[in-house]
Amino acid sequence: MAGKTLYDKLWDDHVVHTEDDGSCLIYIDRQLLHEVTSPQAFEGLRLSGRHPWRIARNLAVADHNIPTTDRANGIADPVSRLQVETLESNCKEFGITEFHMSDIRQGIVHVVGPEQGATLPGMTVVCGDSHTSTHGASAALAFGIGTSEVEHALATQCLVQKKAKNMLIKVNGKAGPGVTAKDIVLAIIGKIGTAGGTGYTIEFGGEAIRALSMEGRMTVCNMAIEAGARAGLIACDETTMDFYHGRPYAPKGDDWNMAVRYWQKLHSDADAKFDKVVEFNAADIKPQVSWGTSPEMVLPVDANVPDPAQEADPVKRQGIERALQYMGLQAGQKITDIRLDKVFIGSCTNSRIEDLRAAAAVVKGRKKADSVKQVLIVPGSGLIKQQAEAEGLDKIFTAANFEWREPGCSMCLAMNADRLEAGEHCASTSNRNFEGRQGYGGRTHLVSPAMAAAAAIAGHFVNIAEEGA
Amino acid sequence: MRAFTTLTALVAPLDRANIDTDAIIPKQFLKSIRRAGFGPYLFDEWRYLDHGEPEMDCTNRPLNQEFVLNKPQYKGAQILLTRENFGCGSSREHAPWALEDYGFRAIIAPSFADIFFNNCFKNGILPIVLPAESVDRLFNEMADGYQLTIDLQAQTITTPSGQNIGFSVDENRRHRLLNGLDDIALSLQHADKIKAYEAERAKRAPWLFKEA
Ligand code: SF4
Repeated sequence: MAGKTLYDKLWDDHVVHTEDDGSCLIYIDRQLLHEVTSPQAFEGLRLSGRHPWRIARNLAVADHNIPTTDRANGIADPVSRLQVETLESNCKEFGITEFHMSDIRQGIVHVVGPEQGATLPGMTVVCGDSHTSTHGASAALAFGIGTSEVEHALATQCLVQKKAKNMLIKVNGKAGPGVTAKDIVLAIIGKIGTAGGTGYTIEFGGEAIRALSMEGRMTVCNMAIEAGARAGLIACDETTMDFYHGRPYAPKGDDWNMAVRYWQKLHSDADAKFDKVVEFNAADIKPQVSWGTSPEMVLPVDANVPDPAQEADPVKRQGIERALQYMGLQAGQKITDIRLDKVFIGSCTNSRIEDLRAAAAVVKGRKKADSVKQVLIVPGSGLIKQQAEAEGLDKIFTAANFEWREPGCSMCLAMNADRLEAGEHCASTSNRNFEGRQGYGGRTHLVSPAMAAAAAIAGHFVNIAEEGA
Repeated sequence: MRAFTTLTALVAPLDRANIDTDAIIPKQFLKSIRRAGFGPYLFDEWRYLDHGEPEMDCTNRPLNQEFVLNKPQYKGAQILLTRENFGCGSSREHAPWALEDYGFRAIIAPSFADIFFNNCFKNGILPIVLPAESVDRLFNEMADGYQLTIDLQAQTITTPSGQNIGFSVDENRRHRLLNGLDDIALSLQHADKIKAYEAERAKRAPWLFKEA
């Protein structure tokens, strides 16, 4: 019998019941809740007179539309305030733990989960947010769900799911200087496309993935959804266990030892069969910059923006034309000639301590270009903010005329006051460059934290691999 | 949930690939804590010339006359015909809510994004996957007053010329949609199995069950 993939193992461990048609009732170990996708789920529970199946398996935090400036005066926008207050009252009513806006543990839900040890290896993790794939970095089966599924998981601790296919993306060899987890995952999406992983769970493996820290692994799994896969996975190893040891919600004492014995099995067997395998050579990957309105529209920083005239496929040609028009770019222009109006370093993709350190290392002793109107640094959680301040990173940023903010989603999706104006170009460490994502008419370029920081200083994109920055 | 059996209705053609959920319902509308009322804001950035905000009265907003849903001949359309990877992007269920609230009951495309596809079934919308050539043919056949008949039981689409196109929907989903069954009630029928699973799992992973 062929061995099992990591995904097979996680799946088999959580099947409660199998229907005749192969769909399964899957047990959910952890649900994370936030203010945007939960109100209608709680409303549904109330309307049907149902209760959460296991209250303690839920953890809530408001992140999407809370202000990242001074919070003493609360939330100015009445609609945002209503959502945040609704989460609070729902959690109170149903007895669910919530990290309040004033709690140091508050932050972006996908940053907070692993940071607290609330999402652990071997778990099934769901959240009403597509970037739940982030938690797969710790060999947890984690995927985003819609609001009716949020209600379903609350009421039954289960979800009805069909098993996806297995894909392995192997990144061989060592990544060069200036090439981060973000560049690796952008290069992957650039190659396989935004629908390349549709119907699959993607396991990321190979030397370059193994060499990543947990933070880097989260960046990679975070963007699995941008490649079309609901879930991304990375096998459990020493890096994983070291990360979780001593976290508030992680097992302790004998439980820890027992958990570790189980977690050590959380990798694909050597003879496991994947439905699809795609290989990359890490040494070929350069720092990446997205130029268009889809994450697959991405190129190495030393490349030129594509020319639609060179594209034979009419659908693709039209796509390029439309993207260039929206982005206000000329066919064939150098990526390093794109001038930036704003820079955003944050989001569940790149707002962890390692990301802030990488940005600070580039910025140290330098200043924001005058042509750049605003640079926002938004840590992923209150604890990360505290850590960064203890290391003096905030001083490096403010000395460079960057703005040091409170944790939240912020300009990743511009639901709070942080947003782009129409036509503005932004170097952003977030995960989506769709039309209007960072503000109506805004033009997003996805990059790594170091690339974003370097662009803030130069006023345009620079190849940090060459600068040696 | 509303059951879906058969539907004969006007078709609106939206000839674009990779329509994402931000386009279907822009993010500012996600701030609502309600479930209904998103229809007027469906495709908001394409449909109107001004910028939409939640709770806005849409009756006097300037319309983008070029946008297909604003053309008089597609008024009242309940079937949306579109291109590959429809519904990509975020997991927001506001997208099917908005489509449903607008009046769409079925969407035909060569492919859909996974999460969106799932969310449709949970909200009484039937997403139909057809080969790209069949979708091409339907686009080419489009004419004023073009209607299709969809029969979920038989899994067929009938064109105005009487031609039948087959499609297939997974058995379980078809059953639920045909009967308008609530997913949670169906799962709770297995409550004993869930409890048995928990008891067994607590032996393997006791740390998960030591909760306050
Ligand atoms: S940071 Fe951005 S992508 Fe991540 S959860 Fe918040 S809005 Fe979503």
